[in-house]
Amino acid sequence: MKNGEVVKLVDVHKTYHTGDVDVHAVRGVSLEIQRGEFVALMGASGSGKSTLMNILGCLDRPTSGRYVLDDADVSALDRDQLADIRNHKLGFVFQSFNLLPRTSARENVELPLLYGTHNLSNTQLREKADAVLASLGLAGREDHHPSQLSGGQQQRVAIARALVNDPEVVLADEPTGNLDSRTSVEIMGIFQQLNERGITIIMVTHEQDIAAYARRNVMMRDGVILADRAVERRLNAEARLKAGGTGSVPSDKFWDDTEAVPPS
Amino acid sequence: MKIGSTLNIALRALRRNKMRSVLTALGIIIGVAAVIAMVGIGNGAKAQVEAQIASLGQNVILIFSGSTTSSGIRTGWGQAGTLKIEDAEAIRREVPGVIAGSEEVVSTTQVAAGNQNWFTRVYGESADYFDIRQWPLADGAPFTAQDVRSANKVCVIGRTTASQIYGNDDPVGQILRIKNVPFTVSGVLTPKGLSTQGVDQDDIVIMPYTSAMKRVVGGTTLRNINVQMSDGRQIAAAQQQIISLLRQRHNIRAGRDDDFTVRNQQEIADAATATTAVMTVLLGSIAGVSLVVGGIGIMNIMLVSVTERTREIGTRMAVGAHGSDILMQFLIEAVTLSSVGGVIGIIFGIGASQILSSYAHWPTLISLSSIIVAFMFSAAVGIFFGFYPARKAAALDPIEALRYE
Repeated sequence: MKNGEVVKLVDVHKTYHTGDVDVHAVRGVSLEIQRGEFVALMGASGSGKSTLMNILGCLDRPTSGRYVLDDADVSALDRDQLADIRNHKLGFVFQSFNLLPRTSARENVELPLLYGTHNLSNTQLREKADAVLASLGLAGREDHHPSQLSGGQQQRVAIARALVNDPEVVLADEPTGNLDSRTSVEIMGIFQQLNERGITIIMVTHEQDIAAYARRNVMMRDGVILADRAVERRLNAEARLKAGGTGSVPSDKFWDDTEAVPPS
Repeated sequence: MKIGSTLNIALRALRRNKMRSVLTALGIIIGVAAVIAMVGIGNGAKAQVEAQIASLGQNVILIFSGSTTSSGIRTGWGQAGTLKIEDAEAIRREVPGVIAGSEEVVSTTQVAAGNQNWFTRVYGESADYFDIRQWPLADGAPFTAQDVRSANKVCVIGRTTASQIYGNDDPVGQILRIKNVPFTVSGVLTPKGLSTQGVDQDDIVIMPYTSAMKRVVGGTTLRNINVQMSDGRQIAAAQQQIISLLRQRHNIRAGRDDDFTVRNQQEIADAATATTAVMTVLLGSIAGVSLVVGGIGIMNIMLVSVTERTREIGTRMAVGAHGSDILMQFLIEAVTLSSVGGVIGIIFGIGASQILSSYAHWPTLISLSSIIVAFMFSAAVGIFFGFYPARKAAALDPIEALRYE
């Protein structure tokens, strides 16, 4: 695993032109994220966090400023080049899962591989997808369609899809927004496990107690970063699940004892 | 990204919506089946007409007496009485490439034998006539050139005439009374069936033209002369030679109209097949309209599909699909629908024309070219009507598409 920063934003602006009015969604954000970090991007709606997430996810380009992802400047790439970056280096987890309906869990997970440059055989696709699904506790459910899976299972399929191409960064946009609190904790548990394995995670959320599972919280307001700090009392999802406590108010014994990684 | 993956993706998408895929393809299936069956019927009719025209004989030139305008008086073909036996002899003698000729007179009259009688057509011909028309005898023998020279009272009869007069008896050697003149039946012709005009070609008595002119029809002029050339390429030249020969023999001055009309078999065939060709085009176009309607059905469904699957498209783009991948996926979906529909439609179309042939007794002819054209056209329909929805899908903004509800 390489060290150093995987994401570097330098004075990024994003301006939308709607009619005669210019909307400055992001106005000068500089941010560095190291490999292996688990960052929660927080803010109210209209704070610019979604726009920033779209830029981080290479779905959108900054109006000005630089975005360096994995030592490559991606600020000026075209549509197709951005699509390739998304395929190779990024994994997406969405609030509403965005699984293909009437399509098996396996085929959903295979999707990024189909758009990659590997040219895997159907058997290879299957093996790879099944392995990732099994690592997320979905062995035996490979042939289930999304409608036959619970919300938590669907989100785990979506996480498997995000991981199948071994991305540099996993981007999660309100991953627990459509889930009940217990399932939310489960999903955060998965993210924490993945993070333990060294995977960089950037998560957008507006829930304070979900952000508390991350190692670092970045707060946005009006298109700028308001606060950027390490999580002092980190929640441990595994401990909470073991104790059976899934309520939204965390009790003291579920705070993670490990030292939070300070932002660099 | 390889085309194989895109094909895989498109086929998976179609499988996900089996019912809709089948219904969409149904439009094309019906369209292609209609085209195949209709063109099959048209071609079948055309082939039938062509076969009947061919039964007139190979490389045949027909010279009719009279012309549509003769000395200002409009006379029908064969009515003017301008062709003489000597004209036929002159053509045989002087036009190169003529291998056979038959002087023809025609009359309709009552014929009788025993207590049976029948109103039929009596043709006077030369002995070459059966060769020219490629009309062999089923039974007995044709009359000979000697019979023609001697104006013998012999005749050959068609199947219809034979059964009307003699029933199940063998007519060969029997006496047939025509205008109270006893003729010996020397043979019975093989049945030819109905002509393109619906005339029963087997309702006929054929005798030497000499006998017919002397004893049945009367008069000294011919209705027409049938000439057979050895080679089809000589027909145009021979036609010109016949015209100048007859104008000279009939003392027609330059600038005056012919008092005869020369037609070749090809012209008659062209006129007859033109009608069926028009019918084929007409039937094919009507069926083609249904194919286009099927194509519009594909476009409609693809547009609905693109709207309905906006989030799916967004997801695909988020995980790395290029615009071109999305374009190809939807285009392949459309072309798969239309070409699979095309193949099924071809099978149904062949089946439908088989059923029409066997139950309605319509002649149908399915040509390989019409199958290929129908298939190519249905694939083209898929590309044409699939392109707009596919381009619309490919142009979607991934952020908007992901957020689409």
